[in-house]
Amino acid sequence: MGGSASHLSKEQLSEYQELTFLTKQDILHAYRIFTELLSKDLVDFQNIRIAKERFCELPELKANPFRERICLVFSTAIEKDGSVSFEDFLDMLSAFSDSATLEIKSHYAFRIFDFDDDGTLDKEDLKNLVNCLTGGTSDTQLSEAEMNQLIQNILEEADIDKDGTVNLSEFQHVISRSPDFVSSFKIVL
Amino acid sequence: MAHSVDFYRDADDDAVLEISEQEPASPDFCFEEDLVHHSFADLLSEQSAVESQSSVMIELEDQPCAGIENQGYIRSPPHAQYMLNDDCYDPATLKVLSFMPSRTIGRSRGAVISDYCNRTLRFRRKRARPALSDMARSMRPSIRDVAALDENCEEEVEKKKLLAELQQLTGSDCIKLLRTMPLNLSVKREFRHMTSNCKDHSCGPLENNHLPCWSRTKYNLIIAVRQCWYGFLSFLNSLQLWQIAEKQIGGRFGTGVLSYFIFLKMLLILNVFHLVMNLSFIVIPQATHPPANAKGTFSGLELLTGSGHFTDTVLYYGYYTNSSWNILDNGRSKSSALTNSSWNISGSEASNAGALSIWYNLPIAYIYTLGTSFFITCIILVHCLSKAFGESYRVGSTYGNLVAKVFCSWDFKVTQKQSVESNYENISTQLKECVTEHDFLTTASSVHQKMCNLSVHFLGWLLSLGSVVGCTLAVYYYSESMLKGYSENIQQGTHERLVESSLLTLPMLVSLINLVMPYIYNLIGLLENYDFPQQQIYVSIARNLLLKMSILGVLCFHWMGPNTKNIAEISCWETFVGQELYRLKIIDFIFLILDTVFAEYLWRIICIKLLKRKRKPEFDIARNVLDLIFGQTITWLGLLFAPLLPAIQIIKFIVVFYMKKLSLMQNCQPPHKFWRASHMMTIFISLLCFPSFLGAAVAYFYTIWYIKPSLTCGPFRTLDSMYDSAVQWVRQLDENASKFFKLSWILVRNPFILLLASGILLIVIYFHWQVVDGQRKVIKLLNEQIANEGKDKKFLIGKLHYFNRKKFKSPRKRHTQWEDEVFSVND
Repeated sequence: MGGSASHLSKEQLSEYQELTFLTKQDILHAYRIFTELLSKDLVDFQNIRIAKERFCELPELKANPFRERICLVFSTAIEKDGSVSFEDFLDMLSAFSDSATLEIKSHYAFRIFDFDDDGTLDKEDLKNLVNCLTGGTSDTQLSEAEMNQLIQNILEEADIDKDGTVNLSEFQHVISRSPDFVSSFKIVL
Repeated sequence: MAHSVDFYRDADDDAVLEISEQEPASPDFCFEEDLVHHSFADLLSEQSAVESQSSVMIELEDQPCAGIENQGYIRSPPHAQYMLNDDCYDPATLKVLSFMPSRTIGRSRGAVISDYCNRTLRFRRKRARPALSDMARSMRPSIRDVAALDENCEEEVEKKKLLAELQQLTGSDCIKLLRTMPLNLSVKREFRHMTSNCKDHSCGPLENNHLPCWSRTKYNLIIAVRQCWYGFLSFLNSLQLWQIAEKQIGGRFGTGVLSYFIFLKMLLILNVFHLVMNLSFIVIPQATHPPANAKGTFSGLELLTGSGHFTDTVLYYGYYTNSSWNILDNGRSKSSALTNSSWNISGSEASNAGALSIWYNLPIAYIYTLGTSFFITCIILVHCLSKAFGESYRVGSTYGNLVAKVFCSWDFKVTQKQSVESNYENISTQLKECVTEHDFLTTASSVHQKMCNLSVHFLGWLLSLGSVVGCTLAVYYYSESMLKGYSENIQQGTHERLVESSLLTLPMLVSLINLVMPYIYNLIGLLENYDFPQQQIYVSIARNLLLKMSILGVLCFHWMGPNTKNIAEISCWETFVGQELYRLKIIDFIFLILDTVFAEYLWRIICIKLLKRKRKPEFDIARNVLDLIFGQTITWLGLLFAPLLPAIQIIKFIVVFYMKKLSLMQNCQPPHKFWRASHMMTIFISLLCFPSFLGAAVAYFYTIWYIKPSLTCGPFRTLDSMYDSAVQWVRQLDENASKFFKLSWILVRNPFILLLASGILLIVIYFHWQVVDGQRKVIKLLNEQIANEGKDKKFLIGKLHYFNRKKFKSPRKRHTQWEDEVFSVND
């Protein structure tokens, strides 16, 4: 706090507090971490973007297999390179916070799992998802046959309109039935 | 469910032709045609396959009221073969399809804005006309938006629409709605500025001229209150107990182990509440008016045995007197004998003494504080239970759902590399199990195998029940003999300290049983063969619970039954019971520390050094939670007899938290099995509610209504039962009491009211049950409807593909032929 907090004005702080699900402490803590990542004390921290690779070195994200997708989804960079600004960072923390609604979490989870950004989870997306979940080592990965069977089972259960993909509504339908989602879709700084 | 489809032939066909000539999508959306191909290729190939099969069927069925669709089908057979052979990758079709609402909502900002525009509209309308039931919200934007296929233009249009909707809402609602929108911060800020600007402009003249002064102060007050509220919330957040520790534990061990610590925190807060109630209404009034009693000397043994010097302190029931004090006039106090006549006398004395006197009646305070804290605890527990139950049970959901596992099982809180790797293993194992599950289920185990399993289960249960009965009897007979020994020792005049120390043996026996038996049950569980791994956990929880509750039950019987009262040496049986509870608590605490230190630490050393296993022991969540529940039950039982017992419980919880955390970090590894955290919290809270809290409440009812308090000590001396004090107080109030008191008293004691209340409760339960039943049926119907819509969609995609392909191949020739086909319907 102290000196660095003075860069974040009171109006901005209250505005962030109103528009996101974060508390004042969370926002200040996020500001501290962001400026540390920048590794220099800049005045216009709002316009600076942190590169994806640097951002993925955050201890909370380092071991997460979805860290690159998270950067890509929350980034508002025009170049689509996954670079993260301070507001993107706040968006991310807000979606992953305790008080975020189920809808927001499920919306962003859908976008994170949609590896090819086409608006639905098709077979390739699901394959990528399962590979992320089981890690990269050969003994934990599923074999080809198991993967196909698994994806077929998933589509049988989740694809209600039988178009071969899981769209956002179907995803949210599954999520709303599962009470563990809210507690597992959280990142605490 | 067939819907009649309106084909606006001119408009649609033109649109189809137009789109295929348009530029690729705007740079906002990063879709590439290659990627889009994947998701639609299957659909298109499927549709063409279906068409080739079903076209023959359709021809045979004579459809008199055929729309253009059926004509199309009938026309298709000659072209079906043609389509199957060719490539499905028609760029024009795919471009159109990629703008389908169900796809765009997942990636397009304009679609999100449009959807939230609809929701805002519905939200506003909801206030005027409340809906009967909470309709499931569809995420698809309305069909009318499909017409605006130009993405940039669409976004601007939608923004304007949403802005219009937002402006109709009040400030706080607007902000709440903005917060729940999945848009980025800059867009939300834009909206906020625009809405507040418009509001300012529209309110400007209003404020200066028409707004009355009271309205302005009202707004200022509301703003001030809201800022205070935000400040208070921030303050509460900064006070968060143990937040960093929870983050560390969650990061390494996941949500399952974390739920134990959250449960501990919840119990801690409950105990703080009990302590505050007891302190403020019972302990402090008595402490400020101490009765004249001779106290013994203090020696260290009191901390362990709770007797000796501690006997005549605020710690126990026996210290409290049945007096009432005048709060305003500090010196005056009276000790009422609490018989009818003396109440009247002292009442008149009081009225003679002065007009201003408020009498603080300790016996009534004692009973009512206890009753109120139990009542509030009951409400809190029921609320927590219903919330947890509501979260973990959903209409129509199935446990062990594969899809839920895939989508929801990644715990984003876990940050340590090792834990992440063990999570990979867990999930991989589970998914593999799920895939091979039908193999597992289909291999029907032979009858012989089943019989073996059943007999092993039966044997296991027989063993555990037998051990429960054995332990219970052992505790009972030991307690009897201990009491006999106690009275003999006192008669013989042995040294006081020795006598008191001998009383410690009963708590030691109980704690030993609590320590050893769970391991034995685990062993028995290992020998048995379970169908599902979760079953093993539930069975072991059930057995442990049975053991603990039956031991507590027999102890209650021993304390409140005839045995203790018949011992002449125990003048004040309530104090004796309070001391027993104190001893039980302290010894339990000591055994817990020893268990943590030796069992987990030593076990780790044994595992690693002797057995040469790489894995450390796991944290047994079920056993630890049951220990917590056991401790809490003792505290609840002890509230009446030792009002300061919650303080000891609080100290114990704080020490246990840090100790368990340390032991966890050093000695344990993340759990092997996948724990469903929400499910577990439901189970823990329901276990806390039902055997534990209900048992304590029943014990209290029995004590307060039926048992005769001792004659020489405590606030209820000389009464027939503790309840009589309340009866007499009410009778005394009768003289100058309002009708309200009389009425409420009659209501409480009348059994008819109870009948009416249970009748109403049953009706409410039946109503909710019917609602759930109806919802299940609606879900089934909606699923069918969606599947049918999916079929419609596939059909339309096929048609679109067919038309576009024709155009793609040779635009001029095919166009006229297609026109002929389409318009020939009119013949």
